Amino acid sequence: MRHRSPRHRSLKSDPKAWAATGALTVVAVAAGAAWVASRNPRWRHDGRRRSDMPTLAAGRGARVERTVTILRSPEELYARWRDLARLPELMAHLESVTPIDEKRSRWVARGPGGTRVAWEAEITADEPGRLIAWRSVEGADIENAGSVRFTEAPGGRGTEVKVLLSYELPAGRLGEAALSWLWESGDQEVREDLRRFKQQMETGEIATAAPRPAEAR
Amino acid sequence: MRAVCWHGPRDVRVDEVPEPELINPRDAIVRVSSTAICGSDLHLFNGVVPTMESGDVLGHEFMGEVVAVGSGCRTLSAGDRVVVPFAIACGDCFYCRERLTSLCDNSNPNASMAEALYGFSAAGLFGYSHLYGGYAGGQAQYVRVPFADVGAFKVPASLRDEQVLFLSDVLPTAYMAAENCGIRPGDVVAVWGAGPVGLLAIECAYRLGADRVIAIDRWPARLRLAESHGKAETLDYEELPDVVEELKQRTGGRGPDACIDAVGTEAHGTTLDALYDRARLAVRLGTDRSHVLRQAIQACRKGGTVSIPGVYGGLLDKVPIGAAFAKGLTLRMGQTHVHRYMAPLLAQIEAGRIDPTFIITHDRWPMSAAPEAYRMFRDKADDCVKVVMDPSR
Repeated sequence: MRHRSPRHRSLKSDPKAWAATGALTVVAVAAGAAWVASRNPRWRHDGRRRSDMPTLAAGRGARVERTVTILRSPEELYARWRDLARLPELMAHLESVTPIDEKRSRWVARGPGGTRVAWEAEITADEPGRLIAWRSVEGADIENAGSVRFTEAPGGRGTEVKVLLSYELPAGRLGEAALSWLWESGDQEVREDLRRFKQQMETGEIATAAPRPAEAR
Repeated sequence: MRAVCWHGPRDVRVDEVPEPELINPRDAIVRVSSTAICGSDLHLFNGVVPTMESGDVLGHEFMGEVVAVGSGCRTLSAGDRVVVPFAIACGDCFYCRERLTSLCDNSNPNASMAEALYGFSAAGLFGYSHLYGGYAGGQAQYVRVPFADVGAFKVPASLRDEQVLFLSDVLPTAYMAAENCGIRPGDVVAVWGAGPVGLLAIECAYRLGADRVIAIDRWPARLRLAESHGKAETLDYEELPDVVEELKQRTGGRGPDACIDAVGTEAHGTTLDALYDRARLAVRLGTDRSHVLRQAIQACRKGGTVSIPGVYGGLLDKVPIGAAFAKGLTLRMGQTHVHRYMAPLLAQIEAGRIDPTFIITHDRWPMSAAPEAYRMFRDKADDCVKVVMDPSR
């Protein structure tokens, strides 16, 4: 924008001068915000590191941490999550989960561009009403480890559900493009999955604005 | 079916679109018998609300007859006559249990969009942008109503559409605006904007015990209505641009005890700060005009309340937060928790204590002429205050 406000015109009476001053302020504030964000560990690409987070060997891989409060008891929420075969109803990227025995299960998920990724997982901790933790076993397309913890919220506000997840593609399996897609989308996927879990558990359905079933999801 | 669709700023059309169908268990399909244009629809019409898409069906003030219900919708059956709140609420989350239904956790499918902008997402709304869920609205012959078991509110056959239609939005909105003022006997309440919400807020403020109500506007027909029907004192800000000083003079130097901003983001003004708002918007340095809010904060007495039913969407500039702080003001705002007001307000209507039909200036307007109605309402042509449309015509 060209700004040609003559000096004798006061700032007060000239809306354009006001606007130019505002533009400079916005630029300065934006630069400041970017600097502050760069200093904040939450905004760094490597995410937060936590001692209670399940990690892959040598701390490799992407990490996601997401928490949501659901107005249901820890026992109900644990039971729904522990029913692994029904998890794809809540988690959009999952195609199927097939339990093999009490501990092991086979997972198939949709990857980028119509690809499909599969892995076998074993449950490494299982405390009814409190915690489920898992880890992929040898030969997974995506190496991953995670946990979901159910903690009663104060004041009858339901249950705090915390998901911790770390994952990595073994080198060369799906290529760099897929890896970068996962880095970008993992956090958003977990966030949306938890939202659907909450909607299903609180309301019995998953909200959609589609006008007809054909357009839903 | 026919529906009023948004195609861009100042471009709404009546399109032929497919009829909605049941999707979720708690859905109902409603055949619309009456549908109104809201002042907040003008923000969409003027293109100041982001995330609208071409073809979006407008409208959030509607009522009609239930024609289909999902398997989980046990409170309704086909043939029920219902009014539908503009905000969609699940009834089950923490906020719904607290009766703060416009803050529902579960009804916005695009919650992540709202979270990025506002930190958290509030309820999904009918016909009010994708930020608020992208739901098709009620200026249509049929509407899919999600969570209809807690949303669609049955009304008795003894009352006409016009008497109960405004339970969907403007009457509860006006009531909550007045309730938020915390009115005590002897209070003076100033109301900016004598449109449908402002006019009804005058009535609600008196009902809640206000001693005097002062309405501020510039349209003669609206000021006349505020005087003749609302029994309010009026202030034409084009004649008396120093509204703050004028209000002080009329209140013994104290200032109004409560101020209601029933205008919101597209405030019009004649003073320097209003010009500044327009310049700033023109170069896209902000999204909202705050001229009325500034006046309300400035005019309000020490320790008073500023109640904001007018819609704001983005960033406000030059809001005198220092004045609000120095005077210890209370600011109350937000989308209306319509669900909690419907039953008590229906009882008032049935008892003949509230009759909101006086705001209607254009009744049974054919929906096929909706674009003309939007322009007329925006320009206040033909002294337009409220248009109620007939979707069958």
